[in-house]
Amino acid sequence: MMGAEFVALSFPPILIGVLVAVACALPGNFLLLRGQALIGDAISHVVLPGIVVAFLLTGLVATGPMLLGAAGAAVIAVVAIEAVRRLGRIESGAAMGVIFTAMFAGGVLLLEQSDTSNVHLDVEHALYGNLESLIWLDAVGWASLFDPVALAGLPVELPRMALALVVIALFLCLFWRPLALSTFDEGFARGLGIRTGALGLALVIMSAIAAVAAFDAVGSIIVIAMFICPPAAARMMTNRLGHQVAWSVLFAALAAVLGYVLAGYGPLWIGASASVSAAGMIATVSGIILALAAVAGPHRTRNG
Amino acid sequence: MLADALLLQLGYNATLVALGAGLLGIASGVAGTFLFLRKRALVSDAISHATLPGVGLAFVVMVAMGGEGRSLFGLLLGAGVSAALGLLCVQWLSRRTRLGEDAAIGAVLSVFFGFGVVMLTVIQTMNAGRQAGLEGFLLGSTAGMLRGDAILLAVSAAAVLALVMILRRPLALAAFDPGYAEATGWSLPRIDLAMMGIVLVVTVVGLKVVGLILIVALLIIPAVTARFWTERADHVVIIAGGVGGLSGYVGAAVSATAPALPTGPIVVLVGFGIFLFSLLFSPRRGVLASVLTHLRYQRRVHVRQGLLALAQGQPIYEALTRRLLARSGLILPDGVPTSEGQAAASKALLDETRWAIVRGDQAYALAATRYDGLTPIETVLTRDQLLEVDGKITAPRGLV
Repeated sequence: MMGAEFVALSFPPILIGVLVAVACALPGNFLLLRGQALIGDAISHVVLPGIVVAFLLTGLVATGPMLLGAAGAAVIAVVAIEAVRRLGRIESGAAMGVIFTAMFAGGVLLLEQSDTSNVHLDVEHALYGNLESLIWLDAVGWASLFDPVALAGLPVELPRMALALVVIALFLCLFWRPLALSTFDEGFARGLGIRTGALGLALVIMSAIAAVAAFDAVGSIIVIAMFICPPAAARMMTNRLGHQVAWSVLFAALAAVLGYVLAGYGPLWIGASASVSAAGMIATVSGIILALAAVAGPHRTRNG
Repeated sequence: MLADALLLQLGYNATLVALGAGLLGIASGVAGTFLFLRKRALVSDAISHATLPGVGLAFVVMVAMGGEGRSLFGLLLGAGVSAALGLLCVQWLSRRTRLGEDAAIGAVLSVFFGFGVVMLTVIQTMNAGRQAGLEGFLLGSTAGMLRGDAILLAVSAAAVLALVMILRRPLALAAFDPGYAEATGWSLPRIDLAMMGIVLVVTVVGLKVVGLILIVALLIIPAVTARFWTERADHVVIIAGGVGGLSGYVGAAVSATAPALPTGPIVVLVGFGIFLFSLLFSPRRGVLASVLTHLRYQRRVHVRQGLLALAQGQPIYEALTRRLLARSGLILPDGVPTSEGQAAASKALLDETRWAIVRGDQAYALAATRYDGLTPIETVLTRDQLLEVDGKITAPRGLV
């Protein structure tokens, strides 16, 4: 199981899965503590119309325009939710529900209207992604990891996801103190001269980067799960922010590896012939981890 | 073509779909209202995503029991059970752990949906071909609606409406004043349970028409839209039902006119159109109305300040103030006040003087809170009080 075939077929998807999971879980910690946990849900729904519009404008299934389209849609959605909330004096949950469902509906409609059936752009793909297909055909064994020619054949999602993770991690390192301060005591942070509004927007933009980079590779469902489940499970483990982030990274990586292995090999163990959706299984495993933490975590209750 | 569709002239099937979608819209608008007023709109998101694993498992169970696996009733039963389970998870996570309700919703919707996707891939590997139709639960598949489905929709919609009629008082109480509801003997958890049960029924039934992702829109958008038009709870319910019904009916009719217009998204977008119209043009809470109110207020401030300047014999440089005063005939184009302008100016100054006395006197503390620099003092004090105040004006100032 750990031979050449593993390196070519399972190693890249597992690595990408881990990168996605960690990139989403990192900003997810702060979103969770700020009561904005559902931003990830909203962003991952509105990415669809952005990608469809980018495709219709350029006619290409290319990464650049798609990322731009998705990021644009995410920004439009955040602005629109804020506008509805303020102009209509509507509670933020409902404002979010109105905007993201309408944008998602628009995306589905555009998809049906345009003839995109011949490219790999459809609603199911957008939801589940296709982690299993990100294989590395140039690999002949573990030695390929040190072979520049073979490395050039790695799925492009891998370096892209790694880059997104680096950007997000850097952002969190650089702004750790102000982020922590404005998360726990916004008034105090503002008193210290921290621009909390801009910082909050930057956090949402980082989340959008994570969601958009992950979207093409693994679909939206895993993104929502990774934004919430690992940080939520980590929250049950500790009262300290630093420790919580570390736990969430551990849980995210664990969910990604376990989920992928269960999806790919689990059915074989019980005698079935084909594998099941890896993205779905990773989300499921993250849910099991959360359930365990909610039942047995040392800090699971509000004052405990 | 569209007119034909709206008048139900496109044939039996299109008529069924339009009526079914309209009924679903009414039921979801009404059910969603209480969710929205209770500030739990996004719970519907968790409920709807949590239906997917139930649909998949029900299919697997029915096939394992030797059935064909496509019985709509069986699939919806599975959807209902797993959605109820998801709802319980949300309740448990947000009550028993330190997670907020939003985090509980997100966790449940993503994990249940993820497991549902796993089930769908399991089904794909069973005898291929038979699973056709399950994908329709994601985004709805109205085109294949049969008479039986439409009847199911109608019965459920009627049941939901009847339940809401019976429970409208506790539901409204729980939404607006939970404390009072509990104090008068209602059990809040039970009311919430009833509300969630109603939402659950609407969600499960709506799967067939708009799919599990977009049913959330039908539960939220009509209620939010209705809120723009009224301040009364019972009116919100009625208007939301109307908006939902209209969206469903018109959306289904529009989608029947062309093949590439899927019903679910069109229904949602019609609803969103009505929402946008309300956001912009509703008479009291709309954007246009508040812009107009703001402009009117701005004018009153400018005129008032201009009049005070006139009364004290100061020149006015501010362009808008000059324009407003000139337009209402209070000054001439060169800035000299007309006789009406002089009268209005003295009146404004007298007002300010009276206000100054009122605000400086403890005896008028209550009246003084009404001071905003615009309110005429006669609307706050009685004639006698005014005489008393005037008696305290020691020396005439300005043009008084």
